[in-house]
Amino acid sequence: MQRESMEYDVVIVGGGPAGLAAAIRLRQLAIAQKKELSVCVLEKGSEIGAHILSGAVIDPCSLDELIPDWREQDAPLTIEVTHDQVYFLRNKEKAWQIPTQFVPASMHNQGNYITSLGNLCRWLSERAESLEVEIFPGFAAAEILYGEQAEVAGVITGDMGMAEDGSKKPSFEPGMELRAKYTLFAEGARGHLGKQLIARFQLDAGVGAQHYGLGLKELWDCDPQKHQQGLVIHGSGWPLSESGSGGGFFLYHLENNQISVGLIVDLNYQNPHVNPFEEFQRLKQHPLFKDYLTGGRRVAYGARVINKGGFHALPTMHMPGALLIGCDAGTLNYAKIKGTHTAMKSGMLAAETVFDTLSKDEQGGKDLQAYAERFKTSWLCDELYRSRNFGSALKKWGLYLGGAYNYLDQTLFGGKFPLDLQDDSEDRETLKEAADCKQINYPKPDGIISFDRLSSVYLSNTSHEENQPCHLRLQDRELPLAINLGHYDAPEQRYCPAGVYEIIEQGEGPRLQINAQNCIHCKTCDIKDPNGNITWVTPEGGGGPNYPNM
Amino acid sequence: MKVLVAVKRVVDYNVKVRPNGDGSDVEIANAKMSMNPFDEIAVEEAVRMKEAGTATEAVAISLGEAACQDVVRTALAMGMDRGVLVETDERLEPLTVAKLLAAIVKREQFDLVILGKQAIDDDSNQTGQMLAALLGWPQGTFASHVAVDDDRVQVTRETDTGSQTLSFQLPGVVTSDLRLNEPRYVKLPNIMKAKKKPLEKITPMELDVDISTHLAIIAVAEPTQRSGGIKVADAKELVEKLRNEARVI
Repeated sequence: MQRESMEYDVVIVGGGPAGLAAAIRLRQLAIAQKKELSVCVLEKGSEIGAHILSGAVIDPCSLDELIPDWREQDAPLTIEVTHDQVYFLRNKEKAWQIPTQFVPASMHNQGNYITSLGNLCRWLSERAESLEVEIFPGFAAAEILYGEQAEVAGVITGDMGMAEDGSKKPSFEPGMELRAKYTLFAEGARGHLGKQLIARFQLDAGVGAQHYGLGLKELWDCDPQKHQQGLVIHGSGWPLSESGSGGGFFLYHLENNQISVGLIVDLNYQNPHVNPFEEFQRLKQHPLFKDYLTGGRRVAYGARVINKGGFHALPTMHMPGALLIGCDAGTLNYAKIKGTHTAMKSGMLAAETVFDTLSKDEQGGKDLQAYAERFKTSWLCDELYRSRNFGSALKKWGLYLGGAYNYLDQTLFGGKFPLDLQDDSEDRETLKEAADCKQINYPKPDGIISFDRLSSVYLSNTSHEENQPCHLRLQDRELPLAINLGHYDAPEQRYCPAGVYEIIEQGEGPRLQINAQNCIHCKTCDIKDPNGNITWVTPEGGGGPNYPNM
Repeated sequence: MKVLVAVKRVVDYNVKVRPNGDGSDVEIANAKMSMNPFDEIAVEEAVRMKEAGTATEAVAISLGEAACQDVVRTALAMGMDRGVLVETDERLEPLTVAKLLAAIVKREQFDLVILGKQAIDDDSNQTGQMLAALLGWPQGTFASHVAVDDDRVQVTRETDTGSQTLSFQLPGVVTSDLRLNEPRYVKLPNIMKAKKKPLEKITPMELDVDISTHLAIIAVAEPTQRSGGIKVADAKELVEKLRNEARVI
């Protein structure tokens, strides 16, 4: 197909903290050194921030480096953490509060801020635009463009106006080639192009398997009497402990009497009856949560996977013509449960590497090995190294022993205890046969504290153009029934936080229905399908959730 | 023929809004904003007129705070020639908008003004009609088809009883209904070009229009929750309930 083409020095895929920090740093350097440098950012969401979902408690260290005067520039980081509480939920009624001195040092939050990462990204995008970064929301990078030497040469944006059957509607607009000397991939966890790059350039050779958690989050307007601005609560235990699954919860008191509450469910769970959405709903019925939420009102819902493999799972981040940055590579610090400052830093290091390289050689398309050096000597690498065993210790030794190890390692040894715990099993391989696992009877939603999935998806403001090809692709159309339903009771019916996958019983027997228009772009299905049979690709640009304040 | 299209910045149609804390307005902090969908259709129609050669110039105008220039830029990216922003932080109501538009029309001598039939935020459905009245121009509202022939325009209107086709002499006002056309996707290079197209900013004062309000918002509330249905045993009970409880027969 003949496509129109545009050229940039740097194309950045994804307008999250990593991509925007990279864009800002690139233009800062160019302006400071009076060099011409064109930078564009593609964002598949309808606007910057529309697809961003995070807790979020943010360590401002990277922002301090990037925009030192952010406090004077009305950055939406205004609520400092005042109280830090950690709980272990023993059952649906009881909780132990862990005394502060026993909480691993990495989980202390002094000096951090509670905010909406979506709003921080909106703010960053304004800064970027003022530095003449061109930002294109509503345009998805659908394919990778390769050059003559098989180097990455840019991306192709998705076609618009394609009908479900693959025919062109009257409004059809073919995607464009965006050619770049260097392309930075910052799609977030399990980016669909990042996944292709990792496979093509074997970037994960010799590193451990990436692990993921599915984060579900709600935003509540709460009773002002119960609101304690600046209070941060973390913890684990019930209800995931009932099924032997891992994960943890959070509850943050933001500004304007709002509470952000969420549960992260490790996707290496074994019991296929586990339903992360329902686990979250029953978590909120625990008195620790219910007391805060009663009298309040839920105003937003969303979900997104995070990568938690950390240092052990970090792939090579450079390849000819491109870099993987932020959660697209997997820079989240699981011991801190924070990924924003690390994502931003990885983007800034990428920007510095690209700028340096282009200053010496204007050609582009080189393998930026200098990025690895820059990364290794940065605080980012040191920080990730120190927390390398946090997640795997919990998996290997369980919450008690693993937790004790993490306490000692993080608090006494600063993460430098001489031990490497690498966990090589993929999250999709962990499911056991449904028949061998205990059924879980989730309580019905009460419509006050707990809700059903469809009314939740409604609050994510999700929409997709209806007449377009399905963006959730099955490699083998037989497997969902033959394997997933037969052995695992079709786990996709439960793990999808938006109810996209449904087994419909009809005259001719069961069939899998994919309600792709409900998809909130969390990527769980691309990770947890037992056969790796589901591939998430970008739908038409602008589709997906429209998160405000998430 | 010079065409003016009015575009309004509204909360995006995918966003579920709710009343704010004190029920004085709708909560839209950090919600996605976009061009009113009916206005997008109006823009598309004007751009098609330009492409067909019936329009010589197509101008997009928005009225409101500085951020409204975003929707003007979108209109420019769709193919409009230039933009106007009547900038004010005051809340504007349909009559004020119509007066401001009339002032612009008189200043620049437009032949045709196309507006969305209504905005999806306040659903007023008044501005087009008021503008026609203020200018003393004919109007074709709820248009599902528009054909310009020299100095006349033929408008097919969607009415409750079917479609009605009427024809009037220009200058005139047309408001667009949903089926008039399907707006195009904006192309990336056109977004770039739109940044370079002229966008004039002007204030209501410069247009000598009084923007004081005549309407006050008393309260914004959610629709009452629908209560669950009940089962009735027989037709007799149904009639009894309809008569005595629901009081509809």
